[in-house]
Amino acid sequence: MSEKEIKNSGAERSRSLEEIFEARIARDEKIEPKDWMPEKYRQTHIRQMSQHAHSEIIGMLPEGNWITRAPSLRRKAALLAKVQDEAGHGLYLYSACETLGISRDELYEQLHSGKAKYSSIFNYPTITWADIGAIGWLVDGAAIINQVPLCNTSFGPYARAMVRVCKEESFHQRQGYEIMLTLCRGTEEQKAMAQDALNRWWWPSLMMLGPTDAESIHTEQSMKWKLKRKSNDELRQQFIDQTVPQADILGLTIPDPDLKWNEETGHYDFGEIDWDEFWQVVKGHGPCNKERLGARVDAWNNGKWVRDAAMAYAEKNEKRKVAKAS
Amino acid sequence: MSNNKKNWPLWEIFVRSKNGLEHRHFGSLHAADAEMALENARDVYTRRNEGVSIWVVESKNITASNPEQNGELFEPAQDKVYRHPTFYDLPDEVKHM
Ligand SMILES: [Fe+2]
Ligand SMILES: [Fe+2]
Repeated sequence: MSEKEIKNSGAERSRSLEEIFEARIARDEKIEPKDWMPEKYRQTHIRQMSQHAHSEIIGMLPEGNWITRAPSLRRKAALLAKVQDEAGHGLYLYSACETLGISRDELYEQLHSGKAKYSSIFNYPTITWADIGAIGWLVDGAAIINQVPLCNTSFGPYARAMVRVCKEESFHQRQGYEIMLTLCRGTEEQKAMAQDALNRWWWPSLMMLGPTDAESIHTEQSMKWKLKRKSNDELRQQFIDQTVPQADILGLTIPDPDLKWNEETGHYDFGEIDWDEFWQVVKGHGPCNKERLGARVDAWNNGKWVRDAAMAYAEKNEKRKVAKAS
Repeated sequence: MSNNKKNWPLWEIFVRSKNGLEHRHFGSLHAADAEMALENARDVYTRRNEGVSIWVVESKNITASNPEQNGELFEPAQDKVYRHPTFYDLPDEVKHM
C-alpha cells in the first residue's frame, strides 16, 4: 500500500460506514457475505437473488412438460440436460442467497406461500413441441441479456453464481434455435407450428425484461449497486435488435405490425406492449400461475417423506459411527 | 413448515478442476450426510467435466475470520517491505539474482 493510499484509508475511517460501503462499490470492489452492509442492500439482494432462484426452479415446469414427448432421443437428451441445468442455476442462486443469513426453508416458504415472485414468463403454457424451441430461443435469449451484466455485480456470491449460469445458458439458446430451424425447414405444418409458437411467446418475452423505465421503481438504486447496468428499456431494445434478424433467418414473421427498422436511430421501432397483461400475470392471473405453484408445492410436500427418511438414515449412521469409536 | 424433522444441513463444496490444481470453493448445497453431499455436488457443480476430485465440508465446521479483525490480522504485513526482493539494493552488475 502506498503512502497516499494509507492517507486515503485514514480519511475514510471518519466517514460513515455507508459512505465507505458505497465508495467501495463505486471502485468496483466486491462485497462478501461477512462484510458490513446496509440493511437495504441485504434485503434487496435477498429479494432479487431469491426471485431469480425461484424463476429457475419454476422455469423447469413448462419445459419438463415435454421431456417424455420430445420427438427424438437427441432432443430428449438435450432437453433433459437443459432442465437439469435450470435446477442447477436455482441451486447456485439459493446457496448464494443463503450467505446473506436467510435459510433455504424460509426461501421456499416465501415461494410456496406466494409471497415471493418469479418471472412472469413461466406462467404461460407449453402446448406444442415448437414452444420448447421458442423458449430456448426467446426466453433463454432474454435471460442471457438480463444475466450477462450480473457477472460483474457487486455482491461476490451473486457474481460468481452468475458467471457459472451464463456459461451454461448459451447451449440453452442454441438448442432452442436449432429446434425452430428444424421445424422451419420441415413441412408446412411444422413451420406453421413454429410461427404459432413465436406468435405466443414474442410479447411475453419482451415483457420478461421488466416494466418500462418510467414504471420501474428499483432501477436507480440497483444501478448504483451494479444489480443493473442497463435499464429495462435498453435491454429490451437490445433483445429486439438481435432477435429480429434471427427470425428472418428462420423465415418467421414477428407478430408486431409496427416493427420497423429505423435508419436514424439504428434500432428497430416496435409496437405498444400490453402492460395490463403483464401486471395481470404478475398478480397471479396468468394462464398457468395456479398450476405452476401447485406443481411446485406438491413436489415439495410429496418429497417430504424422502427428505425425512434420508435425515433419519444419516442420523442412524452417525450414531453407529460414534458407538463403534467408543 | 417448521414442524417437520430436521432439515438437511448445509455443506461447502470444493472442487479440483484437474490434477496439479488445488481444490477451490465452488459453492454450497444441502444434503443429509457427507455421502449424499458428494453425490449432489457431482450433479450440481460438475455436469461439464469441471472436476476430477470433490471435497465436502459441513458448513458449521468452518471457522472463518471476521472482516472486523482485518486490521489486526492483515495490516501488520503492510509495513514489512523487507519481505519483498525489491527492498534490497544491489548493483546492476550482479546478474541472476
Ligand atoms: Fe437458467
Ligand atoms: Fe436457461
